[in-house]
Amino acid sequence: MNISYGWVRELAGAGGGSGARSDLPAWLLRAEEAAARITKIAASVEKSETVGVGLEGVVVARVLEVGPHPQADRLSLCQVDRGNGEPVQVVCGAPVIVQGGAYAHVAPGNRLPSGFEIGSRKIRGVVSHGMLCSEAELELGRDRGGIMRLGDDAEPGVPVADYLGLPDTLMVLDLNPNRIDLACHMGVARELAPDGKHLNLRPSGGPEWTPRWCDGESEAEGAGVRVEVKDPSRCVRYLAAVVRGVVVGPSPGWLAGRLLAAGLTPINNVVDATNYVLMERGQPLHAFDLACLRGGGVGVRPAREGEELTTLDGQTRRLTGRSSVIHDARGAVALAGVMGGHDSEVTAGTSDILIECAHFPPLAVRETARETGLATDASYRFERGIDATAQGDALRRCVELILATAGGKADPEALRAGAPPPAPFQIPLRIKRVNQVLGFGLDEPAVAAALDPIGLTTSTDAPGVLDVSVPGWRGDIEREIDLVEEVARRVGFDKPAEKVSRFRPSAVPDDPSFARMDRVRQLFVGRGLLEARSLTFVPGDFRGSRADLAVPNPLSAEEGYLRPAIVPVLLRRLEHNYRRGHRAVRLFEIGTVFGVGTGEGREKYTEEIRVGFALTGGRFPRHWLRTLRDFDIWDLKGIAVEAAERLCGGSVRSLAGDCDEDRRGADEFGASWLEWPGFGMYRDDELVGMAGLVRTEAVKEPAWAGLVIAGEFRLDAVRPSSAPRYEPLPSFPATRRDISLAVPRNVDAAAVEATMSAASPRLLCQAELFDLYSEVSEGDALRGLSWSLEFRAPDRTLTDAEVDVEMGKIAHALEEGLNVAVRGS
Amino acid sequence: MTLSSSPLLERIKELEREGLAAIKEAVDLDALEQSRVRFLGRRGPLASVMGSISSAPPPERPLVGKAANAAKKALAEAMEARKAELAPKRRRLASVDGTLPGRKLWAGGIHPITQVMDEICGIFSELGFTRARGPEVESVHYNFTALNIPLDHPAADMMDTFYLEDGVVLRTHTSPVQARVMEAHKPPIRVVVPGLAYRRDSFDPGHAPCFEQIEGLAVDEGVDFVEFRAAIHHFVNAFFGPSVECRFRPSFYPFTEPSAEVDVTCTVCAGSGCPTCKRTGWVTIMGSGMVDPAVFEQVGYDPERWTGYAFGMGPARIAMVRHGIPDMRLLYEADVEFLGQFA
Repeated sequence: MNISYGWVRELAGAGGGSGARSDLPAWLLRAEEAAARITKIAASVEKSETVGVGLEGVVVARVLEVGPHPQADRLSLCQVDRGNGEPVQVVCGAPVIVQGGAYAHVAPGNRLPSGFEIGSRKIRGVVSHGMLCSEAELELGRDRGGIMRLGDDAEPGVPVADYLGLPDTLMVLDLNPNRIDLACHMGVARELAPDGKHLNLRPSGGPEWTPRWCDGESEAEGAGVRVEVKDPSRCVRYLAAVVRGVVVGPSPGWLAGRLLAAGLTPINNVVDATNYVLMERGQPLHAFDLACLRGGGVGVRPAREGEELTTLDGQTRRLTGRSSVIHDARGAVALAGVMGGHDSEVTAGTSDILIECAHFPPLAVRETARETGLATDASYRFERGIDATAQGDALRRCVELILATAGGKADPEALRAGAPPPAPFQIPLRIKRVNQVLGFGLDEPAVAAALDPIGLTTSTDAPGVLDVSVPGWRGDIEREIDLVEEVARRVGFDKPAEKVSRFRPSAVPDDPSFARMDRVRQLFVGRGLLEARSLTFVPGDFRGSRADLAVPNPLSAEEGYLRPAIVPVLLRRLEHNYRRGHRAVRLFEIGTVFGVGTGEGREKYTEEIRVGFALTGGRFPRHWLRTLRDFDIWDLKGIAVEAAERLCGGSVRSLAGDCDEDRRGADEFGASWLEWPGFGMYRDDELVGMAGLVRTEAVKEPAWAGLVIAGEFRLDAVRPSSAPRYEPLPSFPATRRDISLAVPRNVDAAAVEATMSAASPRLLCQAELFDLYSEVSEGDALRGLSWSLEFRAPDRTLTDAEVDVEMGKIAHALEEGLNVAVRGS
Repeated sequence: MTLSSSPLLERIKELEREGLAAIKEAVDLDALEQSRVRFLGRRGPLASVMGSISSAPPPERPLVGKAANAAKKALAEAMEARKAELAPKRRRLASVDGTLPGRKLWAGGIHPITQVMDEICGIFSELGFTRARGPEVESVHYNFTALNIPLDHPAADMMDTFYLEDGVVLRTHTSPVQARVMEAHKPPIRVVVPGLAYRRDSFDPGHAPCFEQIEGLAVDEGVDFVEFRAAIHHFVNAFFGPSVECRFRPSFYPFTEPSAEVDVTCTVCAGSGCPTCKRTGWVTIMGSGMVDPAVFEQVGYDPERWTGYAFGMGPARIAMVRHGIPDMRLLYEADVEFLGQFA
């Protein structure tokens, strides 16, 4: 929302006019401080910019003569009067220059606001002394395809900035959606003025107009025209006035300057008057060329299916019944509450006009705007709900401005069709309630003083209760709590000092998943992994996406599906790293995965938090003393075991690719990326996660990539806390013996370790595999495995003889139970 | 009986011989350590000989002690000598090029957004807040209706929503957890809700279609706007530092009233105006306000008895401001070079 600071300041009481006052606070008179105040109590001022600077050398010039350029068809040659009696010759590129019209002229030796210096120069053989300027050249807004025409009240030689009442400050306000009352200068002025109920409105300078109203519930007739509103859901109220004999031309300087300072481009005195009222009081109006309305009247109705309308922007739009239109006897002439029609536009030749001042309901306008893809100053306000009581005053203001700036004669009759405006209403406000919610400790006069200046008139009802009457422009205020907010805002959110009060601790227990996440992060970060946070979406063609997890209204194909697993997303992140040339990547992520079950509605969807990890490349950062060793399957198993044992208190088992149950378990974790066999992570015999080598087809990898290892497990399998019991440290030294075994292929290492433990249950305290030869003898039938065994007794140092006995038991058990022979003995 | 034939002295000599042989034969430092334990340990044979000195005839005792000490010394010296032989040769530092790079281990790291979220939760934990969670697939009821957001209101327009099916959305904010927590518990309630929210925004430097949010809710008797401000101020000073100012601006949310946006001094320019704060000197960090009575009515709380405040903030944006990260996408791309900077 663009606001002219000068305009607001005037409304609040600065400058001339009958409502001017001398008691304005100092902050109101300085743009920067006024902006800070607006931000603090009403709406954030996003930026402020000065409009109309650098115009020192630009003065009003009247065109005395205009003729064609002797050498160029598209140029014209003008003699202009700069107020000093000496005609100046200017070459001009614009097609239409009006003799007798006023324009902005820069004389040679002066600069444009951009800093560009103007000189006298020959254009196609004719000398041009300076130039006539467009809005863009003066940095006063967008060009409308020509030179900026000034009003007939402009005196030659007067600086253009003075003529337009510039410079001024344009403030861009970021309005909260409930405060549409601030989308006009009166609204902002009400918040700043000492008395917002009596603003300093600029007189129109023309005759007053007090019409005789012709009312009707669904149609009204008068002033030689008829209006019809049959459907209150399309139009609540429609007011119209007729002015005949206007002379369409440029607006006077004060009015054009206000519009420029508010970011609008002046068009002509009739349209400018409607825009002025829009910016002044937030009521959109529209002027029709009465001669172009067929059948002497207008009405509001749904558009017909396929009906076409060319709007003011020159676009021809095909409509459906969702849109609402203004129509005449033959067809649609405007989009109701959104934009006027091209065919009934007010143009230079217009003489009689019909001015519409209506109340269109938010939903109808939103539908029309949505269907046509238009968002206009009018639709913005209607969609958020305008003041339902404001149409009469706004129409009168508009007619008076037109009479003052475009002349003509207003018909003494005006039309009002539709429901009468709502009656004002009161809300009781309890002072006790104000203080309960705010803690400001306010008394009745203080609350009244906060509300009264913005038109929330208070009167005492019962003791401790104020009756607050709500003006029409505050449609957002419906309940007592809405008034409490007004009090807080007006008193100032920062007013009473803060108090840190004693608080009762929360009755809600801390959700254990957060403690689980902390433990997971601690483990993985300690092992050198980096935490990733990926989008939870995957594209449709992505491995592991599931049709039943499609998002019906994605913004892009990248966000087509919800992820059913984490590792595939991490692999995608891995590919991103490959593209960036990173060979060593270690990532983990804790996040939600989704599934679809059998329930109804929301219950149909399942979600759980999973932990995923993926690693590739060097086990250690590269160093000049050693060649890089890469992560391999045993690093994976190490991580999986740590996660299972330390985090979950569980264990890891091998998963076989040819076992259906294992395959189903892997599917549950979306492990289509797995190179079988893999590892299952178990807690209490339940599969809670899986890990393994990633198949080469599952990652788009460059030639230089190493093996990729990955895994995924359920967060709820992690214990939220671990408080291990202390185990006494040994008091006596251990004795270490190495044992080398020839192990048949079908016997796995775990079985050997189990057998050894069973054979020496009390004294063998640790067995650590330290060597493995794949081929020992007889081809591939045997593997050579070597363990380092530690024996220890809790109460004494073991003698060699005792250890020998244990070694003997172990050798015997291996031989008998597993057909494993001790080598080298 | 001669002294030389004393069994104790004999035993000492024998141990010394055996010990010296073992030391000589030790092939590595481990083996050497084992022989040290075996011969010189506190429970080793020499120690037990010394322990049994009282069993020797009195005149013999000084001799035994002397012999045992001599044997101990000989073994200890042999041990040191052998240790020096076995120890890896240390290079003399003078010959090392100290400018060569040292060897490193990989540094793991917590994501910068997680760091921000943990810190926020930690600060609110000091004010008695616990952490709560809720589903990301949410019903329209909890996402909108229970929060006083009518579906045809422009406020619902403010959030462009991913609909999974009729009545089921990816939650557009973490606020539905407010209603869920209040339905499950009676006051006093003080929770923060770290979690993901979803909006139909394009993935660009300033937006992500899903992003982290932290919701906060405090409900009890006597919780008022003044206390709310004190709590937020405490948080701002604890998180951003004591020199950072904060201000409350009027705002609008259907589920709070009064509603306020909280701005803090821009940490990039210290309030003097820069591109990060769009030259205003302030950065908005949260939307907040007093819980709207309509929300209390939705969950069956008496709005005349209970009051409370709620707030919501975006840890990703806070992380961006804090670390000067120019593009939100960097946070979600998991580039190890990027993540490594925060490890």
